[in-house]
Amino acid sequence: MYNIQGYFEAETVKEAVDLLAANPNLVVIAGGTDVLIKMHHGQIEKAELLSIRKIKSLEGIEKLEDGTVTIGPLTTFTQVANSPVIKENIPVLAEAALSMGGPQIRNVATIGGNICNGATSADSASTLFALDARLKLQSPQGERVVPIQDFYLGPGKVDLKPAELLTGILISPENYQGYAGHYIKFSMRKAMDIATLGVAVLCKLKEGRLFEDVRIGLGVAAPTPIRCPEAEAFARGKDVSRETIAEIGKLAVKATRARTSWRASKEYREHLVEELTQRALKAAVLKAGGGEVA
Amino acid sequence: MGYSIVGESVKRVDAVAKVTGKAKYTGDFLERDMLVGKILRSPHAHAMVKNIDVSKAKALPGVEAVLTYRDVPANKFATAGHPYALDPAHRDKEDRTILTNKARFVGDAVAAVVATDELVAQEALKLIEVEYEVLEPLLTPEAAMREGAPLIHEDCPRNIVSSAGYEIGNIEEAFKESDYIFEEEFETSIVQHCQLENHISIAYVDSDGRIVIITSTQIPHIVRRIVGQALGIPWGRVRVIKPAVGGGFGSKQDVCLEPLAAAMTLAVGGRPVKLELSREECMIDTRTRHAIKYKIKTGVAKDGKLVGMHITAISNTGAYASHGHSILMAGGSKFRILYPMKALKYDAYTVYTNLPVAGAMRGYGSPQITYAVECHLENIARKLNMDPIELRRKNLVQVGYVDPLNGNVVRSCGIRECIDKGKELIKWDEKKARYQNQTGTKRRGVGMACFSYASGTYPAGQEIAGARIVLNQDGSVQLQLGATEIGQGSDTVFAQMTAEILGIPVDMVHVISTQDTDVSPFDTGAYASRQTYITGMAVKKAALEVKEKILDFVFKMTGIPAQALDIKDCNIVYKHSGEAVMPLAEVALRTYYDLCSAHPITSDTSNNARVNAFTFGVTFAEVEVDVCTGKIEVVEIYNVHDSGKIINPQLAEGQVHGGVSMGIGYALMEQMLFDEKTGKPLNNNLLDYKLPTIMDIPEIGVAFVETFEPTGPFGNKSLGEPPVIPVAPAIRNAVLDATGVAFNRIPMNPQRVFEKFKEAGLI
Ligand SMILES: Cc1cc2nc3c(=O)[nH]c(=O)nc-3n(C[C@H](O)[C@H](O)[C@H](O)COP(=O)(O)OP(=O)(O)OC[C@H]3O[C@@H](n4cnc5c(N)ncnc54)[C@H](O)[C@@H]3O)c2cc1C
Repeated sequence: MYNIQGYFEAETVKEAVDLLAANPNLVVIAGGTDVLIKMHHGQIEKAELLSIRKIKSLEGIEKLEDGTVTIGPLTTFTQVANSPVIKENIPVLAEAALSMGGPQIRNVATIGGNICNGATSADSASTLFALDARLKLQSPQGERVVPIQDFYLGPGKVDLKPAELLTGILISPENYQGYAGHYIKFSMRKAMDIATLGVAVLCKLKEGRLFEDVRIGLGVAAPTPIRCPEAEAFARGKDVSRETIAEIGKLAVKATRARTSWRASKEYREHLVEELTQRALKAAVLKAGGGEVA
Repeated sequence: MGYSIVGESVKRVDAVAKVTGKAKYTGDFLERDMLVGKILRSPHAHAMVKNIDVSKAKALPGVEAVLTYRDVPANKFATAGHPYALDPAHRDKEDRTILTNKARFVGDAVAAVVATDELVAQEALKLIEVEYEVLEPLLTPEAAMREGAPLIHEDCPRNIVSSAGYEIGNIEEAFKESDYIFEEEFETSIVQHCQLENHISIAYVDSDGRIVIITSTQIPHIVRRIVGQALGIPWGRVRVIKPAVGGGFGSKQDVCLEPLAAAMTLAVGGRPVKLELSREECMIDTRTRHAIKYKIKTGVAKDGKLVGMHITAISNTGAYASHGHSILMAGGSKFRILYPMKALKYDAYTVYTNLPVAGAMRGYGSPQITYAVECHLENIARKLNMDPIELRRKNLVQVGYVDPLNGNVVRSCGIRECIDKGKELIKWDEKKARYQNQTGTKRRGVGMACFSYASGTYPAGQEIAGARIVLNQDGSVQLQLGATEIGQGSDTVFAQMTAEILGIPVDMVHVISTQDTDVSPFDTGAYASRQTYITGMAVKKAALEVKEKILDFVFKMTGIPAQALDIKDCNIVYKHSGEAVMPLAEVALRTYYDLCSAHPITSDTSNNARVNAFTFGVTFAEVEVDVCTGKIEVVEIYNVHDSGKIINPQLAEGQVHGGVSMGIGYALMEQMLFDEKTGKPLNNNLLDYKLPTIMDIPEIGVAFVETFEPTGPFGNKSLGEPPVIPVAPAIRNAVLDATGVAFNRIPMNPQRVFEKFKEAGLI
């Protein structure tokens, strides 16, 4: 039984942000798969909920004329995984979406909720980091657009200002065109599990043998999702070889801030970062037409 | 054997009710004016309640009662689902009260609230003020047995519940005779049943002043007795109803909620009270599987014959004894039949700690000891450069063997055939050869393990079962049992047995699935893989009695001697020719309405089975080990069982599928974790506790070697628990085969595998 003290539904973004501005206690609920769990565990008590499920403008995926792919925050993981736009243009995001939860959860959980929940383990986040996604945020004061890297502030903490709503996820063409990607969710179970480590790698090859660009997004390697700047800088212009990839794996660890918990030790997490970054990159190279790296 | 219904995969009698949602579980009972009960749990692993102030909670609107240890009877009682022992020396340890003033684990029930709904109850819990005097938490058996450690229960020096063991032969002499001696240590972890339906009870006082408890249990008749004991009231004043149950695996072979639920309804003038645990509560305050540490020393002759074995087992039973030492003793007695040796010494210590209570769980101590012994034998075989299967074969039991301590006899034994079949199914020899000298990241290996188990508890426990059959006017029957259907399919096999004997189809056997201690025959319930074997005997007896009465009735009607008659396809027939004499329905109708001779036919039978039957089987597993990440994947797995005659192959396969899945979780993933300093549970939810999903379980191969067990009602022996028993050691032995690394501790989860591979230089 949930202690829900009030329940509101908005049909437009404006209505929603006005309600939020009028009542700072309101908690936005989309699919509810994080909010209700938090209520069950007592992390949110006596909530007043604002459902945004009826705001049609927040749904759906589109490719704009300039090539920008926009994803509405209310888009469910099932919709992301099945979207022709995503599958054609950014298949790695569909992969990541499919690794999430199980079919029932993917049918209700939204990508916006995944981001706004602020978890480092969010299965969409590492890929969106690698894609340099930008987030459109709306409040009664107006709209702003921020890079996803700046949006994540700490564990469970995101840069949502009072009365602000996430209204769109933008991926511009220079960030996906020409790239191939691969996502590895390393978890204890094959479904219904939180990642021990999430590794999203994008790469762009020159003549099939040089790394023109490599991007590495990691989840659960630090309090927030992260990129691996040193490894990425090292990769640029290097030949595609076992040695280069091994070095990229090593350098990826430098960006991490893993810690020991009962779930896994720091040493093991770092080992996984090194190993799985290489594996993901090798798989991405293959998809980019670069041939197999043993 | 010429059976026509026994041995067939007939559809479960409860299939439609369950898949359509019509089957009624405890939570589906919506009693009028029902209140909700909630438990206040100790945040400390070991603490005295110095003071407890409930005034604020009581004042909260909607709160009907607040209970502490002062408000409930102080009777000490035992909770284990065992038959009552008339001899006080054989009773389970009575160490519990309904609520406690001494918290013995994080989650121990120190107070309770009854309120109009869950939210009010939850709110009221927060208003109860408890002052604790915190004591040192004892979280391992070593800490608890230490000289001078505080006592968790005052009457158990060094916190040892029992240290009873046994010695067969003379172990020291056996070691002297041996050519080699091997010594090793093994360790298993605390795991939880995670049955689908959480624990739930509803209690109220009926119009006659009796306490009625609707509850999700495996053992309704035992619950009645224990509630009587806990409340200090005559047992006949308690009525227990067991509706459909969504699994138990042993966690409901124990009395967890019912005494408190009864105390709650008494506190509110008999109004119905629902006491339902959340998953998080279920995982800490019902029961767990004992973590056990083994030291094994084994003497072996040059030819691989086992000469003697000395096992020291230390079992962590948690805060209350529950099934306590019975688990160590049952494990220690059921495994030993498999490889008879000259000498076997078993030193067994069951120790209290300040952790959740361990109790019965599928296999009852056997998965633990089988893990230790089957890993140990694998290691010995490797050291002797012997084929591990050969080593086992050299030592296997033969038909006719009599257990030297309890006198149980091996009357049927298909273990050799099980091994043959398993080897063939997994292509053992081919794979053994193929997987030598691997160096890659992903390495494969094959492994196997054997087990022996019993069918019921005799002679350690009494084995009594009841069945009642009523012949209806149309020739169908009502079958009533004290044995409980908890998902395993027992109602269906009992219907098959009845139909087989009475010559009617299964759909003419109406099984009363609900047990109600007011009306159901006496039976102790679902545990020890006993029901198809033990209750089956009672069902057979009752059905034969009904048949005899029917044929007698026909004799009176027709003058044809009963011995010349049989019942086939709903007809009375001549035995010799099969020629129909008259329809069964006609006889049945006359038993009710014949003006002269009417005498409706019933049988109300009890059977005290003073016998037991050994079952055997193997797991063969193939794994793929990712050497760089520590991930182990089971790629193929086969369980082959000798459970005697298989009554219903499809249901039997279902038991094996479930058991193997549970075994895979035990081997690779599952473990309850606690803060090492405070004893606080870290993962008592299904996200953090890694119960495998269907995606983590490969296709499971199942085969049976059908021996005929002469003591079984239809040649059958146990199958409920056995499938889980040999799985973990088989997987572990396959990992050893793949990597050369011997894990002597489960689960082999990636973190642990990583550490061990680093140690071994693989990473
Ligand atoms: C069984 C189960 C399995 C799961 N498995 C996974 C998994 O494998 N991987 C994974 O990453 N997660 C998993 N999750 C977590 C969860 O499902 C995801 O994070 C999901 O994407 C959350 O989306 P939602 O729509 O349900 O969010 P909600 O619970 O509705 O909201 C989450 C948070 O975001 C805020 N919010 C939502 N939408 C907006 C918006 N448009 N603007 C501003 N704030 C907003 C809410 O206020 C809340 O704080 C699982 C959860 C469950 C219950």
